[in-house]
Amino acid sequence: MSILVGPETRLLVQGITGRDGAFHTGQMKEYGTTIVAGVTPGKGGTEMEGVPVFDTVREAVEATRANTSIIFVPAPGAADAIMEAAAAGISLIICLTELIPVHDMVRAVRFLQDYPGTRLIGPNCPGLITPGSAKVGIMPGAVFSPGTIGIISRSGTLTYEVADLLSRNGFGQSTCVGIGGDPVIGSTFVDILRLFQEDRGTDMIVLIGEIGGSDEEDAAAYIGSLPAATRKPVVTFISGRSAPPGKRMGHAGAIISGGLGGPEAKVAAFRDRGLPVADSIPQLADLVRTVLTVSA
Amino acid sequence: MKLHEYQGKDLFRAAGLPVPKGEVATTPDEVAAIAQRLGKVVIKAQVHVGGRGKAGGVKVASTPEEARVLAGRILGMDIKGLTVHKVLVEPALNIATEYYAGIVNDRTSKRFVLMLSSMGGVDIEDVAHSNPEAIIRVAIDPAFGLQDFAIRQAMKDAQFDRTKSRELGAVIKGLYGALVRYDCLLAEVNPLVVSAEGDVVVADAKVDIDDNALFRHKDLLPYREESFDNEMDRQATEQGLTYVHLGGDIGVIGNGAGLVMNTLDVVTASGGKPANFLDIGGGAQAALVVKAVNMVLSDPEVKGIIFNIFGGITRCDEVARGMLQAAQEMDIRVPVVVRLAGTQEAAGRALLEGSQYAPVASVQEAARTIQELIGR
Repeated sequence: MSILVGPETRLLVQGITGRDGAFHTGQMKEYGTTIVAGVTPGKGGTEMEGVPVFDTVREAVEATRANTSIIFVPAPGAADAIMEAAAAGISLIICLTELIPVHDMVRAVRFLQDYPGTRLIGPNCPGLITPGSAKVGIMPGAVFSPGTIGIISRSGTLTYEVADLLSRNGFGQSTCVGIGGDPVIGSTFVDILRLFQEDRGTDMIVLIGEIGGSDEEDAAAYIGSLPAATRKPVVTFISGRSAPPGKRMGHAGAIISGGLGGPEAKVAAFRDRGLPVADSIPQLADLVRTVLTVSA
Repeated sequence: MKLHEYQGKDLFRAAGLPVPKGEVATTPDEVAAIAQRLGKVVIKAQVHVGGRGKAGGVKVASTPEEARVLAGRILGMDIKGLTVHKVLVEPALNIATEYYAGIVNDRTSKRFVLMLSSMGGVDIEDVAHSNPEAIIRVAIDPAFGLQDFAIRQAMKDAQFDRTKSRELGAVIKGLYGALVRYDCLLAEVNPLVVSAEGDVVVADAKVDIDDNALFRHKDLLPYREESFDNEMDRQATEQGLTYVHLGGDIGVIGNGAGLVMNTLDVVTASGGKPANFLDIGGGAQAALVVKAVNMVLSDPEVKGIIFNIFGGITRCDEVARGMLQAAQEMDIRVPVVVRLAGTQEAAGRALLEGSQYAPVASVQEAARTIQELIGR
């Protein structure tokens, strides 16, 4: 079991003929993901990596019953691509594109309100992977291994780092989700936590947060509100603990501004509810081991 | 891209807001000449920091001669580490009431939010801490924009002067228009003034334009030049690198914002001081790695460098090639430690064998080793 992606995934690649889209279509296929279609306006009727290409998402969905879309479209057209996928009936949209204007994302998220059955992951994220089953993203598949730990992160490279650490220590993953480093994103920590909480294949969750915004605080409050009997263990790491206020640390959303978004409040939000926070990434393996030992 | 007050006022003026007619000057003589035309003036330092007034960067002059003297003090002044190169000279206002009006992106509602307060003229963040109920917030539906009734209700809730609600409402509506038209992340008027004569005046302008939207605002590109607070920021932007100067002596280069942020944390936790944040991004080619090394070394404070690469789309061998090329093209006199993991890790390590670059197995080891190598 897993969340969001797996054997039932029928993937569509928007922007399949671009450099990144084409390369990662090959990589995802190699991993075993079922890719049924690609879309690039004007390139309909051609093939890329053995995948049929269509001009529009609607055509692609009608012809192939694609249910999930991954977007590699460059920033100026990415928000439009998200809305096109939703309007065509895609239920899970993963947008990897970075540097999308905030006003575009505000409009796209508003558009999605009229499609309550559609979920957006990202933008500016590495995608998601259910190890051994389906990779819908750009992560190096080799560092992930199948298991029962769910990972949620705002950072792509730290997801790889943590998955690698857990895999080396014998702790496999159910699904790993990069929610993205932008200020306006589709799915938040809380949205994904809910799914892991209900997933029978997930025993515990590793959450990797960072400075900026209050998504981590919201996540801590959500976990704290769950009944202790059914709540799954969550261990956390917060990056950017040495970052100075007012500086944007690479991710557009990673900024401490106006006294908000600092690491102390995030760490405290988890610890105050008895949820362990690792002081370093290697320590996450120890925390996971402790949790799994206690529950076993 | 942060704009100076005078640039923000240019945009607001174009959007039809009541902005005082001011002029920009770079010398005391120019300021005196402007004062000759305008009469009693206010001289305002143009720097990208708040609290200019408290720092002595805003002064009122009654005569051209006084304006010349005060301008001489403000120009060249250091405000929170930034040097004043320009001043904005405007007719002095007889202020009766000061309001706050701003629109800012709100991550939680995933919308832009209008904020109004009758406590204008002071730092809004201070008001948010001391008196949060004094700030009225209205989330704006991007599909419909900011409606007139919502503006009226917000002004009523914020206790704005009812006799001026038509003029004040027009400013708020125009502010949202400018925010959308110019892809602003922030558009703020503080203070929004009602003068003793009863005029509504946009007395200040704080604007932050979304860098990611500049591709569709070619007209704003001239503002780019003055948006950099230092030479390093300018170079980084021109070379396509995400660089943040931090002031320590250990240079940090990595791929991915989270990974680099974590590297800074580990360096700091082990007692070191990072010189910078530098993310080479995903899929970096050798040439970009060379630029990154050059960028970090252009900081004279740097005594050692940590490379932290976890290859996903980035290939470790490509980064290693870039590092070898950098060593050929420039004289690297500081120790460099390298952590390579992920895609093409073995090939990357093989390339670096026998070079001046010291391999380490983890970021923790990198932080320890670099401290030893620079003699701590």
